[in-house]
Amino acid sequence: MLTLKNIKWTAPDGGEILNGIDFTIESGKLTVITGPNGSGKTTLAKVIAGVVHQTEGEIWMDGQDISDLDITERAKLGVAYGFQQPVRFKGLTVRDMLDLSAKETLKEEAICGLMDQVGLCTKDYIDREVNASLSGGEIKRIEIATVLARTDAKVMVFDEPEAGIDLWSFNGLIDSFERLKKENDKALLVISHQERLLSIADEIIVIQDGKVRIQGPTEEIMPQLMYDERSSSCPIGKDPEWLKEFQLSKAGA
Amino acid sequence: MSENKETRVNKVVEELLKAISDYDGSGEYDGAFNIRADSECAGRKSTEHVRIEPKEGGKGLDIYIDPFTKGEKVYIPACISRSHVDDLVYNDFHVGEGADVTIVAGCGVHTDGEDDSRHNGIHNFMLEKNAKVLYQEKHIGTGDGEGKRIIDPVTEVHLGEGAELTMETSQIGGVDNTDRKTWGDLQANAKLVIKESIMTEGEQHAKTDFEIALDGEDSAVDLVSRSVAKDNSYQEYRSKINGNNRCTGHSECDAILVGNGKVNAAPELLAADLDASLIHEAAIGKVAGEQILKLRSLGLTEEEAERKIIEGFLRG
Repeated sequence: MLTLKNIKWTAPDGGEILNGIDFTIESGKLTVITGPNGSGKTTLAKVIAGVVHQTEGEIWMDGQDISDLDITERAKLGVAYGFQQPVRFKGLTVRDMLDLSAKETLKEEAICGLMDQVGLCTKDYIDREVNASLSGGEIKRIEIATVLARTDAKVMVFDEPEAGIDLWSFNGLIDSFERLKKENDKALLVISHQERLLSIADEIIVIQDGKVRIQGPTEEIMPQLMYDERSSSCPIGKDPEWLKEFQLSKAGA
Repeated sequence: MSENKETRVNKVVEELLKAISDYDGSGEYDGAFNIRADSECAGRKSTEHVRIEPKEGGKGLDIYIDPFTKGEKVYIPACISRSHVDDLVYNDFHVGEGADVTIVAGCGVHTDGEDDSRHNGIHNFMLEKNAKVLYQEKHIGTGDGEGKRIIDPVTEVHLGEGAELTMETSQIGGVDNTDRKTWGDLQANAKLVIKESIMTEGEQHAKTDFEIALDGEDSAVDLVSRSVAKDNSYQEYRSKINGNNRCTGHSECDAILVGNGKVNAAPELLAADLDASLIHEAAIGKVAGEQILKLRSLGLTEEEAERKIIEGFLRG
């Protein structure tokens, strides 16, 4: 269980990005955070992971105050975080990254299982460097696999996991989230606009202007979402104006 | 027919051999070998297809690999186990047409006193048509003597038509001074791949200099150098690729700085043919902050993360 109390974060330029966020997410549940671009969602994920430190407020995990712990200490206690923009490494391979995540030398079958969950064929990737030769979609999937490899995790934070992932692999990812929920010992937190992810959530939290606009059970929140807080995987549906233009252009052709 | 000499290595040499090659302490290797210790031959064995013959005056070796020899390994390590040794050796590798072998060289220098010790190994590879060689060399310095550990390797590569040589060379630590030179010329369809990694620390200096001539049509070179300069150490990198025909050349020089480390990189490309396609890439800087953050988010400390990143960088 993870609880945020009055979390605020001010950017170095003085911009108030998070303006007092309060919520609790529970183990065995999938919570999706959504909201317009620039509303502070990614900053919030970074604050939870300890990548940036909150200006004010408290973070509690399973009854322990982790507000003042750094990124390493939080990771050791069970915070797992998938970066929105994955980091590339010259020299470190997919196997290295997954071994570091799992804190053991994984057997090939275990690596296969993890890669399969993100839709990558293991044999092609296992000894590849996590470098610039990988496409955006490939590296995003490997990033997600590094979080899935964290069997010690108590809180898993995924920042827009659907980005760059094809539909077939996305289905696999949904299955992984469903499976993790059943394990009951992890609280899953996903930042996304993706309608399918929103639909499998137990709880939805909507962030706007650095504050929680609404939060609650999915069936209660879904009907209240605005157009830029939900979308299918393609740009159509994100913006009604764009959609109108798109339809007109198709009709004209 | 060449001689087979009984192997005699002291404890220091044995440890160096283990560090620079897959020596198991048995006194020999799985294949033809020559162990040079403190300027003398400490063991030698030829095989049916690989003959190792000493040059006159003990100044080095001629290694003859028969045409179409496949899958054999040849070990030519050199070690210095004490201070005040200045070793110069010329080893010529004659690789016959169509052979496909692995050659493991490498050098370890140990000093235990005030005087410097130096190994200067001059290796000359002559590959005939379609021969293929994987050449691996590791350099290491050990010992707590004040004397400097110096390794100055020179590698000359002459690749015949369709020949391929992959050179994996690394300096894994403890070498106070190194001046490395690698020259090569390639005939038609020949291919040279060089992967170099150098780590310096303390007050160490390393200089590496490549000059490759792509003389033959469709010859190719891929030169990747990765270095880490820690503390007050200093490294110089120079490469020159001469594209004298229709050819492809790629060089990449990446360096990570830690502490007050300094790196001076000077890549050079000469395109002397309209169809010469030459590329150079270079990146020098400290370990990226976001890389540290990613590994810390997996539970590593900042120091562990940096160590892991550097380890992977040099290995890759």
